[in-house]
Formats: sequence, structure tokens, C-alpha cells
Amino acid sequence: MAQDALITPPVAGTTPRARSPLTVFWSRFRRNRLAVAALVFLLAIHAVAAVADWLAPYDPAALDLLNQFADPSREHLLGTDESGRDVLSRLIVGSRVSLAVGTLAMLVSITVGSLIGALAGFYGRATDGVLMRFTDGMLTIPTFFLALLVLAVFGSGLMNVILVIGFTGWMVVSRVIRAEVLRTLPQEFVLAAKAIGASDMRVLVRHVVPQAFASVIVAATLGVAYAILTESALSYLGLGVQPPTPTWGNMLSGAQQYVWTKPHLAVYPGVLIMLCVLGYNIVGDALRDALDPRASRARLA
Amino acid sequence: MSRYLLVRVMQGVALLFIVSAVIFLIVHSAPGGPAILNNPDVDPETAKAIARDLGLTDPIAVQYARWVSRAVVGNFGRSYQHQTPVLHLIRNRIPNTLLLAGTALAIALVLAVPLGIVSAVRRYSTVDYLATVGAFFGVSVPHFWLGIMMIVLFSVTLGWLPSAGMRTAGVQAGPGDLLMHLIMPAVVLSTFPLAQLMRYARSSMVEVLSQDYVRTAQAKGLAPRRVLGTHALRNALIPVITVLGVIIPRLLSGAVITETIFAWPGLGRLAVDAAITRDYPVIMGLTMTTAVLVIVSNLITDVAYVVVDPRISLA
Repeated sequence: MAQDALITPPVAGTTPRARSPLTVFWSRFRRNRLAVAALVFLLAIHAVAAVADWLAPYDPAALDLLNQFADPSREHLLGTDESGRDVLSRLIVGSRVSLAVGTLAMLVSITVGSLIGALAGFYGRATDGVLMRFTDGMLTIPTFFLALLVLAVFGSGLMNVILVIGFTGWMVVSRVIRAEVLRTLPQEFVLAAKAIGASDMRVLVRHVVPQAFASVIVAATLGVAYAILTESALSYLGLGVQPPTPTWGNMLSGAQQYVWTKPHLAVYPGVLIMLCVLGYNIVGDALRDALDPRASRARLA
Repeated sequence: MSRYLLVRVMQGVALLFIVSAVIFLIVHSAPGGPAILNNPDVDPETAKAIARDLGLTDPIAVQYARWVSRAVVGNFGRSYQHQTPVLHLIRNRIPNTLLLAGTALAIALVLAVPLGIVSAVRRYSTVDYLATVGAFFGVSVPHFWLGIMMIVLFSVTLGWLPSAGMRTAGVQAGPGDLLMHLIMPAVVLSTFPLAQLMRYARSSMVEVLSQDYVRTAQAKGLAPRRVLGTHALRNALIPVITVLGVIIPRLLSGAVITETIFAWPGLGRLAVDAAITRDYPVIMGLTMTTAVLVIVSNLITDVAYVVVDPRISLA
């Protein structure tokens, strides 16, 4: 690529080797040390969540009412909560619920958003008008009020929380995908595919949607951050994942009642939520920079 | 201008109808239905008669039309829990939420714009680096956790600020008392818009600084202060106005959490209470009200945009 030649001029006598897009992407991403650190952290916390049951020293729901608010000790590394439950075990098992809800909700909103955005951009005219006005309408309702309405109607619980977050977070995705589709449609390879008689579905799925891949990856990463934050907020309000299933959000809601006497209990789950959301935001931002050739050109200028 | 305004108002009204249809469909698909119809002690014939009287047997379009025709004049029915008109409940809470959200937005604007500009002008400096890291924290920290931590610090440990409510109970309280109660919730609510506005102000300023007219101004020997103040700043601030359209719905969503932590008697807390008690009329009314607030503020933003930027023609 031209700008790579600008940075590292080919050494005389060697033939410059072609680099795959993935290599180019990785070499750009790697330059952002903060993002690499965030990525390592996220991989580690997902690994912990994957083996949570095996890693947690105690049953996170096991009550020990004789041992409430125990200070950190060799038995309970982070102490115990208001019901004598081991805080470390609850944090470990809670990570699984929080991260799973975040990831699954993101998948729901990416699916819905891609579908609506792709159809609107591809078919244009009335389809576009109807779908985009619907998107505008959804953007007009502050998400949290909509989420509260849906949870009030259908009840809270793990599945409903995932669906609610998914169905209230797709609007930005659909706008991004629509823009990508509109950008791709007039290009020659799409015209060629149409000219040789490919069906609408084939043109859309094989030729147009893959062009939006980079935007979808960025939106998905930022979407996980949004979903983790929203899940924790809903669970904190008592409308999300219900106890005894521990999540970082409902642990905080328990801890707030004892904040005057045992403030440290409120610290741990909050720090974990913040670090995860921060990690996804930093990685998402770095991905946007690394995947977008226009952005990097602007930076060189 | 008046023609543009008319079109925008009509678009806003159309949006509200879409919103109302979404809300109505969600509540209409509630599993179960009114409890009396599922009560085994009620004779099925009587239950049918009640359903007919309540209009529950009408086609969904008729039911929707009936609800909307009342909603447009502000009649959202009566709260199941409080037994008072929903509009009455909402009207009492609106000023409190506007005070909280308005103060938060003011804090965000006052800090974000200068910070964003300094970051852009001194790009890759320590200030820029700190502001960028701070902005990442601002969009990542959970409101409710920040609120709890501030209560721990300022109410529990230092005892400087009250942790809940709008005024001290039992005291003849003046505006000073209200201000003390307002500080923490407003600061917590301002973190997200502050971070977002700062990043927009920075990137907008960075872009403007690379424009030809800025280079021209520098080349003809203007003092850096004048180049920034006269040529760059005005153009850089215009895109920041449009971001308000994204920020305001987020601000109202954030108010739900903030009002709950600090027991601030506003719309958000009303919504949480209504969601927990399944008070459908209240939460439907609230969702419509916040949508109206968003549409009105978007309208103001759009008009401000046109007024500020002479390049936009209204033809």
C-alpha cells in the first residue's frame, strides 16, 4: 500500500512482500499499547468466566448467617457479604452472567440492526422510508424508559434482559450498515454480480454485507460495552437478573443497603464493571482506527 | 424559516405516532391481561361482559385509536397504584427532572468545550492524553456505582453533602439546601455527556484546524489567539450542537439511575417504581412524555443549528 511505502521505504535489493489485510490490521492495532493491554485483560476475564464454577472457592449462593460481613481472611480472600456469602466466589460466578448477557445481547442487536439496515439500504424507496422512520422512532424513546416498559410488561429474568438490551441497542448498528450498503451498491463488482443475474439475496449476502464487516466488528465491540453497562444498571434497579443468580449489578444493589457501614462491598463489583466496559470501549476505538483506512490516512496528514 | 419549522414539527408529530404505536403494541402483547378476566371465581359470562364494557373485545386498531385520542390531550388514564391521573403524577415530577438534567448538561458543556479545544490545539500533549483517558472513564463508569462511591466519600466519610432527596426534612429550607442536594446527582449525571461532548469538541476542532482558511489566517500573520477565537472556534462548535440530539435521550436514560440512587423525586424514579409495580398507565405516559421531551429538544437543536450556521440554506 502506498502509505506503508511512505513509512518504510523498501530496502534496495529486497522485493517487498505483499501483506495480507489481517497482517496490516494487526500491525496497526499492535501499535496502540493501551488497546493491546485492554485486549489481554478482556481475554483473561473471559477465561475466568469460562471456568468460573471450577475457579470459585465456594458456592456463591451458600449462606453462612453466623459469618456475615467477615473481613478478608485466608478462608475468604475478599470477605463475606450481608448473608455470609463468599464475595470472591460471587464476583467470579457473577462475571459469567454479566459477560454472557453482554455478549448475547450484542449478538441480538447486531442481528436486528444488520437486517434492518441492510434491507433499508438495499431496497431503498418505501422500504427504506418505513424502516428508517421506525429506527428514528426507536431512537426518540430514551432507551431506559423503553427497557423499563418492556420489563414491566414481560417480567424480568435472564432471557428477557438479554432480549430487551438487544432490542433497544440495534438502532445505531442499522444506521451504520445502511450507510455501508449505500456506499457499496453503486460499485462495479456489485453491478457485475447483478449483471450476471445473481439474485437479490445473493448480491446482498455475498457481495454487499461482507463490505460492512469492519463497521460491524467495531459496532459489536462497542455494543458489548453498552450491554454490560445496561445489564448492570437494570440488575442494580432490581429489574434485571434476579437473585440468587449473582451478577455484578445485583451485587451492587445488595451492597448499597450497607454502604454506611460496609462501603468496601460496593467497590469490587463496580470496579469490575468499569474495567470491562472500559476494555471494550478502548478495544472498539482501536479497532475503528486499525480497520478504517481513511482514518489512518487522516492521521498521517 | 417558518416553512422549515412547520415541516420539522410535522415530522416530530409523525415520529410521536410511531413511538405511540410501538408502546401500545408492547403493552397490548402483555401476557395474561386484566386479572379479573382470569379469576376462576368470576362467571365466564360476567367476565365477557366486563371485557366488552372495557372495550377489550374491540379490534386492536380501535383500541389503539381510543388510547391515542386520549393521549394527545394528555389523558393517559389513572395510575393503578396511586389512583390519581397519570398526567398529574408526571406534571409534578417534570420540573425536578428538568432541573437535574439541565444542571448536568450545563456542567458538561461548561467543562467539555474548553477541554476539547485545549486537547485539539495541544494535540498529543499531556493535557490531551489525560482528557482522552478521562473521557474513556466517563463513558465507561457505571452511573450507579459512581453515585454510591460519591455517597461513601462525601456523605459517609466527610459528611459534607446529603445523600438523598431534594431538601432536608423538617427544616425550612432555602435554595442553598436545594443546591447541596443537587450537587452529587448533577455531577454523576454529567459524566457521560461531559465525556462525549469533549470528544466531539476535540475531533471537530482538530478537523477545523486542518482547513485551508485556518492556514490562510495563520499565513497572513494573525495572532494565534485570533486565529483560534475568530476563525476556528466558531466553525468547530457548530457540529457540537448536533451531538446534543444524541446526548439528550441518554441524559434522560441516565436520570433513571441517578434519581434512583439519590432518591431524587423525578420522572426516572417514577418510572422505576411504576416498572416494579407494573403500573402500565404510568410507564406508558412516562415513555410518551420523555419521547416528547426528546423531540422538542431535537427541534430546538435543529433550529439553533440553522441559526448558527449561515451555510445551511432552508430552501
